[in-house]
Amino acid sequence: MAVGAALAGIPIVSFVIGPARKRFEPQWISLGECAVFPEGTTRFATFVNPLRQPTNGESIKTACWVRCVKTGSEYQVFAINCAHLGCPVRWFEQSRLFLCPCHGGAYYEDGSRAAGPPPRGLFEYPWKVEAGRLLIDGARLPGLEDTA
Amino acid sequence: MRGVAQIIAWLESRSGIGAFVRPLLSHRVPASAKWWYVFGSATLMFFVIQVVTGVCLATVYAPSAAEAWESLRYIDSSVPSGWMIRALHGWSSNAMVVMMAVHMLQVFVHASYKYPRELNWISGVALLLVVLALAFTGQVMRWDQDAYWGLGIGASIVDRVPLVGSAMRDLLLGGPIIGGETLTRFFALHVFVLPGAAIALVGLHLALIMRHGISEMPRPDAPVVPSTYVREYEARMEREGVPFHPDASRRDLVFCGACLIALVALAAVYGPFGPGGRPDPTLIEANPRPDYPFMWIFGAVSLLPPSSETLVMLAAPAVIVAWLFLVPLLGSAGERAPSRRPGMVLAAALAVIAIASLTWEGITSPWSPVMDAWSALPTPEAMTRGRTPLELQGAVVFQYAQCRNCHALEGMGGQRGPELDAIATRMTSEQLTRQVQQGGGNMPAYGRNLSSAQMSALVAFLSTLKPQGEAPADIPGALLPLPHR
Repeated sequence: MAVGAALAGIPIVSFVIGPARKRFEPQWISLGECAVFPEGTTRFATFVNPLRQPTNGESIKTACWVRCVKTGSEYQVFAINCAHLGCPVRWFEQSRLFLCPCHGGAYYEDGSRAAGPPPRGLFEYPWKVEAGRLLIDGARLPGLEDTA
Repeated sequence: MRGVAQIIAWLESRSGIGAFVRPLLSHRVPASAKWWYVFGSATLMFFVIQVVTGVCLATVYAPSAAEAWESLRYIDSSVPSGWMIRALHGWSSNAMVVMMAVHMLQVFVHASYKYPRELNWISGVALLLVVLALAFTGQVMRWDQDAYWGLGIGASIVDRVPLVGSAMRDLLLGGPIIGGETLTRFFALHVFVLPGAAIALVGLHLALIMRHGISEMPRPDAPVVPSTYVREYEARMEREGVPFHPDASRRDLVFCGACLIALVALAAVYGPFGPGGRPDPTLIEANPRPDYPFMWIFGAVSLLPPSSETLVMLAAPAVIVAWLFLVPLLGSAGERAPSRRPGMVLAAALAVIAIASLTWEGITSPWSPVMDAWSALPTPEAMTRGRTPLELQGAVVFQYAQCRNCHALEGMGGQRGPELDAIATRMTSEQLTRQVQQGGGNMPAYGRNLSSAQMSALVAFLSTLKPQGEAPADIPGALLPLPHR
């Protein structure tokens, strides 16, 4: 009986805890031509997450903020999620601040924490420029274990 | 007729249903119980409504992230009585949480959890957790913007657990993102796992009530003495008790009937909850708010200082739940009367006040910036009259730089920072310049974000904001105490 239970239990447990064990290789996602992000601006960008599952629908779409410091060589790509509790932050061009609608977290244009409850600055996605396009490694929902 | 009686007798002899049900109806309950003891029955009634309406909804709802939102809209608009079934499910869910809290409060204040009913209370606390989990997973079923970002908030809290937080988060979401497998996972919890657990716990809860009998109303100077309690209780029931049916059950029926009428009225008048905005995470105009049962937690996490936030977020629920489970074990004997347990009554009152005021804070969310205040609200006319061009330009900068999102003028605007109607009586122009430039006290520094021309115009405008006739802050002898310059 014990052997049988173990044999039946192994696939059941591995099925249930599967999502926590999966590891993901970086996947580079194109945000478009670098020209879309003029130097000195912070622009809204969206992409379709490559971790597509059959039933995702539009929830697979993801948003981020792209700050171009120097065209082609210096960018910051911020996750939309506030570092406090993950709500979507909004960029205000005039005051050069990101503000969060949930608990009032505020960030400066370089993503550093300005005010409010966030424990750190905005999460940043790794980026690179290839053939004139801006690519990011943005598949995973960012969390506090992320150092960038 | 004789045939029917024979069939019934055969069924009874083979199944024993009658022998099982008869004591449920005829068991003796204290005559003193009166109207205090109807809340548990009402909670159970709402649970039955949830099961019935939930099964109805599951026949049409599509648990797929691509179709869930549309299928709810379809239920609301095209399925006969669909909107009403959704409304009943939503309102009954809130009513069940409220009724459960009232029931729990009554049991707590009357100390009905004492010997020998400790497990009645403990199974009730387990039921409370299951019902709250049902409420949270139910919010996810709506699969609208609130559901999506609510999951984000849940994930961010789980993420803060040391070491295993990240793995726990992936387990909760069914992967590294909020997506299709998140919804199916929560659907399985909401319709299979949690209702199954609730039904099992309700069965246990009722079996324990039958085993120990319903507690009497507490009287001062009648402490629970475990060595003699059961014998004395049974003797008293034999002497003074009344049969549950019809003496007590009639009150349950009247109260449940009134609750049911109120529920149908609420559902018919206010309709179903959501679904809110499309579950498209690139629509960032979202303003996520949780459902009412979690509003107080939403309020609490906004008021915690960042330094202690993670600790409180993770430790407080564990401590509260552990304490609830331990309540009957820590005090299973002794006085039950509220007048003899002032500390416990005070604790209950404080909990009610705390949850009610945090819920109110969560609903009003004064800490949230008003995201469109800067572009939508007018500058109060009185603050523009007789002003110099520089001051008027400052009023424009005040709107343009989103100051209004956090600072109200004449009560309109954000509540995150102080209202500025009389700021010139509290701060001199030098202090204002310093505050705007360097920030501090939960305000961002605007030094790099405003030009010096904008800065001087803004400070010129702010320096005019004082009630007529009151002295500005920088005149010596001003009545208000001032920080040193």
